[in-house]
Amino acid sequence: MNSAPSTFVSRFLQSRIVWPLAGLALLLLFNFVFDRSFFELSTRDGNLYGPMVSVIRLSVKVMLLATGMTLVIATGGVDLSVGSVMAVVGALVAFLAEKYHVGFPGLLAVALGASLVVGVFNGALVSYVGIQPIVATLIVMVLGRGVALNITGGMPVPIEDTGVLYLGRGFIAGVPVQIPLLLTVFAIAALACRKTAIGLFVEAVGDNETASRLSGVNARGIKLLVYLFSASCAALAALVSIGDVGRVEPDRLGQMLELDAITAVVVGGTVLTGGRFTLLGSIIGALLIQTLTTTLTRQGMPSDVSPVPKALVILIVCLLQSQKLRSQLVRLFTSSKTHAS
Amino acid sequence: MKQLFTRKNLPILATAAVLVLLFGTFSALFDNFLTLRVIVNLFTNNAHVGVVAMGMTFVILSGGIDLSVGSVLGFTTIFVATLIGKYEMHPALAISLALIAGSIFGAGMGALIQVYQLPPFLVTLTGMFLARGMAFVVSAQSFEIKHGFYNTVVDAGISLTDKVTLRAPACIFAVVFVIALVLAHFSRFGRSVYAVGGNAPSALLMGLPVGRTRIWIYTLSGFCAALGGIVFTFQTQSGNATNGLGLELDAIAAVVIGGTLLSGGVGYVAGTLMGVLIYGTILTGISFYGKLDSSWQRIAIGGLLLVFIIIQRLLTRAPVRESSH
Repeated sequence: MNSAPSTFVSRFLQSRIVWPLAGLALLLLFNFVFDRSFFELSTRDGNLYGPMVSVIRLSVKVMLLATGMTLVIATGGVDLSVGSVMAVVGALVAFLAEKYHVGFPGLLAVALGASLVVGVFNGALVSYVGIQPIVATLIVMVLGRGVALNITGGMPVPIEDTGVLYLGRGFIAGVPVQIPLLLTVFAIAALACRKTAIGLFVEAVGDNETASRLSGVNARGIKLLVYLFSASCAALAALVSIGDVGRVEPDRLGQMLELDAITAVVVGGTVLTGGRFTLLGSIIGALLIQTLTTTLTRQGMPSDVSPVPKALVILIVCLLQSQKLRSQLVRLFTSSKTHAS
Repeated sequence: MKQLFTRKNLPILATAAVLVLLFGTFSALFDNFLTLRVIVNLFTNNAHVGVVAMGMTFVILSGGIDLSVGSVLGFTTIFVATLIGKYEMHPALAISLALIAGSIFGAGMGALIQVYQLPPFLVTLTGMFLARGMAFVVSAQSFEIKHGFYNTVVDAGISLTDKVTLRAPACIFAVVFVIALVLAHFSRFGRSVYAVGGNAPSALLMGLPVGRTRIWIYTLSGFCAALGGIVFTFQTQSGNATNGLGLELDAIAAVVIGGTLLSGGVGYVAGTLMGVLIYGTILTGISFYGKLDSSWQRIAIGGLLLVFIIIQRLLTRAPVRESSH
């Protein structure tokens, strides 16, 4: 607008990824001062353990969901169905493994196949039927939870497949196997977005769908693709989650996780109205929320109360993203700078 | 009368047809379905959803959404139960405090949405987390409500026949429905709500108090959510911080099945009533059948929601252009 916003302070205030990173740094600093044992790492049988490792392990499923959710939100949509997709995939995997003794490759194929079906359904409702994303994925959310309960008859089913258990609990070269899995998914998404035109198309669709279509972007195809990707991320999150817990409870698996994923994306700096997005920000957002929860739990907060700090984080982030408050802040800083010089 | 079958009215007519069809099918299938008792119970058992959905109708009419209602309902039940059980407060005072708390909570969210132009989805999501967390701060254990006042209210009712009584929850639901009906269709506030939902910038240019209306809408929704919580305590005579988990989705589903468009500006309070009754009829029908577990309830609601949305989409595609943001 004018030349003032090129100052360091205002550029800092306008950057997306700085705020979640600063929040994370603040939390780590807090732990460094008050709870040094947070940083303790130990190895058992050559495998890495410690509070920081558990923070990452606890947040992997939200990070997986958030990776897919980021792209959906970037197109101006939202995917409320991911929690239910997790339940459907979990129930299906548990059922097939218990009843028909399907092996791990088969289970993996079924998980991804099921998520493919749901993803196409979501994408088709949004892009071809033209239903608002909130409503379309809300329907799939309600339906999916019912289908998941129906598959297992509402009962919890234990997981005995070693492959699935390995995804949840296993280690590779001393590191929990979930971490390389997440990095792979993240790398695929990041490469697809930054090394091909897909990322540009996603942003174009989220920014102005009509304009993108007029300039030759296949807006419907792009939307279908992001819902597909989001559902497959949910399938992987389901496998990790049930492998970790060791059983499938279809009424609880993935419950409310869609909201955690949206929170991570928003905290990471991607705006809900679509357009520009940051995948790394969403990962940091998920990490920030889990670090906050773990830190407060270690300080004696009952785990039931954990929604409260989460709420405050979203509120702060929302306010920071609000154009009005931002311009107020920028004006405050730049004007004080002019006065000083 | 010729205006009854316009395109705008088709969604609500479809809703009415589905309600009649659904109720008719169940009546044909089960002997004791078409009785006054079942119909009255439909109101009594779903009163909390109904009251919450009435508030939600205004929010959705204005083009917004309120995800916090389920948590506010849960908070209210444990708040009231704790005040009565632990602090020996008179229930009337505890109920008033809870209603005020819910309204202020809603007003706060409305103010954030209005003043800082934040998306309602995010602000009410924050409200949802906050209210649920605060419910656990009040008490993680569930509390039974034992008080003469509650016994009086629970026993009270209007006898319709010697076996069927209209209980307090149903009465509250009915009163809230009538007030909502008047407020939406016969008041200045209601006209502003429709105008804000139809096209907020135009409403502003017409000189309507858009900001004030929006804040009032969320206040009303917060009040209704708290009142829903009170109704819930009448139904269960206890409070629990986990009450109302996922209720926001039931309320939204009832409003949408009732023919209100989520893009705002189009819909009827009476439609929401029918949406709640359809929701309740499905639950009652499944419980009558006995062999089906609760998973079918969600599949039925989800399937119905899908059909309705597609019908709405087909009907509104041509004439109503969606306002671009």
